Amino acid sequence: MSVVLELDDVTKRYDAEPPVTALAGVSFSVREGELVAIVGPSGSGKSTLLHLMGTLDLPSSGTVRITGLDVASLSDRELSGLRASRIGFVFQQFFLAEHATVLENVADGLLYSGAEASVRRARAAEALGRVGLAQRAGFRPTQLSGGERQRVAIARALVGEPAIVLADEPTGNLDSATGIAIVALLEALHEAGVTIVVITHDRDLAARLPRRVEMLDGRIVADTGLAPHPEVV
Amino acid sequence: MSERAALAPGRLRVTDLARVASIGVRTRRLRAALSALGIAIGVAAIVAVLGLSASSQAGLLGEIDRLGTNLLTVTTGQTLFGQTAELPLASPAMIGRIGSVTQVADTGSTNASVYRSPLIPSAETGALAVQAATLGLLPVVGASVLHGAYLNGATATDPVAVLGAVAAQRLGIDRVYPGERVWLGGQWFYVSGILSSAVLAPDVDDSVLVGFAAAARYLGFDGRPTTIYVRSQTASVAAVQRVLAATANPEAPNEVDVSQPSDVLTARADAQGALNGLFLGLGAVSLLVGAVGVANIMLISVLERRSEIGLRRALGATRGHIRMQFLSEAVMLALLGGAAGVALGVLATAIYASTKGWATVIPTIAWTGGIGAALAIGALAGLLPAIRAARLSPTEALRTL
Ligand SMILES: Nc1ncnc2c1ncn2[C@@H]1O[C@H](COP(=O)(O)OP(=O)(O)O)[C@@H](O)[C@H]1O
Ligand SMILES: [Mg+2]
Repeated sequence: MSVVLELDDVTKRYDAEPPVTALAGVSFSVREGELVAIVGPSGSGKSTLLHLMGTLDLPSSGTVRITGLDVASLSDRELSGLRASRIGFVFQQFFLAEHATVLENVADGLLYSGAEASVRRARAAEALGRVGLAQRAGFRPTQLSGGERQRVAIARALVGEPAIVLADEPTGNLDSATGIAIVALLEALHEAGVTIVVITHDRDLAARLPRRVEMLDGRIVADTGLAPHPEVV
Repeated sequence: MSERAALAPGRLRVTDLARVASIGVRTRRLRAALSALGIAIGVAAIVAVLGLSASSQAGLLGEIDRLGTNLLTVTTGQTLFGQTAELPLASPAMIGRIGSVTQVADTGSTNASVYRSPLIPSAETGALAVQAATLGLLPVVGASVLHGAYLNGATATDPVAVLGAVAAQRLGIDRVYPGERVWLGGQWFYVSGILSSAVLAPDVDDSVLVGFAAAARYLGFDGRPTTIYVRSQTASVAAVQRVLAATANPEAPNEVDVSQPSDVLTARADAQGALNGLFLGLGAVSLLVGAVGVANIMLISVLERRSEIGLRRALGATRGHIRMQFLSEAVMLALLGGAAGVALGVLATAIYASTKGWATVIPTIAWTGGIGAALAIGALAGLLPAIRAARLSPTEALRTL
């Protein structure tokens, strides 16, 4: 099993007043096919960690490697290309375009990949099938329930067959039953081989998942599944 | 390195760019319409000004064409000593013998003044001239009788006058009543008719016309023509013009002025364009205001759509993709405004031209210039907002407020 994502002694400081150290020496890796939950109280640095893992931001020090590539060595354009081809994001607020159909929203996951429109639509239809929303392709997001909207967002993250899917509080805007259903979907995708990191502050939800990384004050304080493996030195 | 090469971001296709750039216009129609209004008004003003000027020019040229470009006038020039020269009595007859001349008529200035009544102080002539005129004058200068009748063989010898269009207005006479008269050269002249405006012979408009015989009998007129109106075959106007001076006054051709009134009018029609500078300036100001409006709306839009920008960056959009999206949106807004403006300007021109009886003429430069200006303004107005949008870091854009 190869390492998809690797953080080595990563710190992140924000030049706010006063300066905030959101991450303080975090080392952590994710192997292909893993489903990892990152848990911790609000303000513990989970979102900051997700942004660094997703190359949306750069660390103040330390290295971030995605599919073996050192993020610091890549230009802004290359990082964009990396996100387009290898990383899928799911956000708490869904971020769906209300003026577009469900299918178009999912297809836009491939908008910046260079794929043809027909290919994008075909793959979007397929991705919608994987999240169980094949019947909703022509709907508008406003016609869907919260859980369905988050499924659309998950389909959009999956549509490019990324090396890793990063989800920041995907259940944060959902009631607990719907949240459990979303986690179940993530588990099913994990069974199918998708590599997923999911952030949550909900310990009960996290308890369902195979590996849990606990954060507090910008540090990892526990990691249930940190099994030794040969790729990490 | 081949790993890195695989990271080259894809380019947006034109259809995708158009779709992405139209989001703002599609989702916020009223706002889009309002922000494009300034540009629409500016472009409409420019198109209407250029269209109206071209249409009025075309109207005037059409009028000139209708009146004929084959009218030449011969007038007295100056002698070598700076005095007003005279034309020989026989000039009109000699001109009439030129082969391609079809019609000749002439007028001769008298020294008489004309008033509404003898009670008017003699200094107040109203700048009206009293001229002797031949019976065939009207068809040659292209004027017609508006009220009453022109001079005829009988009235040309009597104290009877015909008023030019401007002269009638100045004298305050708009109808010909039986017994209507004017105080002319110290005696009453009966008014037999009022003329329509003679576009090609403005001198006739300002004159009160009497017969040659009457002028000689009552006003001490010497019978010498001062202006000779000549119609020639259209193909030979230039040739006739060349020999006219020598024919009119063989002994002193350089004391004769020859002109082509239609030329003068055409030049005047062309010069009218200069007046439009002011209105074009107003249009430009309106465009500037429109540009500020679009820039303003785009800046607000960038702020409001931060999370969309963040999402796009997360989906793999480069700064260039974001910049292009907002720049295109601004250009699209401006182009919509520009297109509406062109339509509005054409409509305004068509309506005004139809009330004037002109053909609607929209010069190519008007609408291409209008659309081009809108395009440039959109690009300019969108620049700052687009750069702002592209500068947003993905995390900044995604941060929920
Ligand atoms: N852009 C920023 N500027 C300054 N401080 C920030 C910024 N983003 C996050 N922080 C701070 O960093 C800490 C970690 O934030 P975050 O990663 O959002 O935590 P979590 O997602 O676990 O709630 C918090 O104290 C937060 O206030
Ligand atoms: Mg968070």
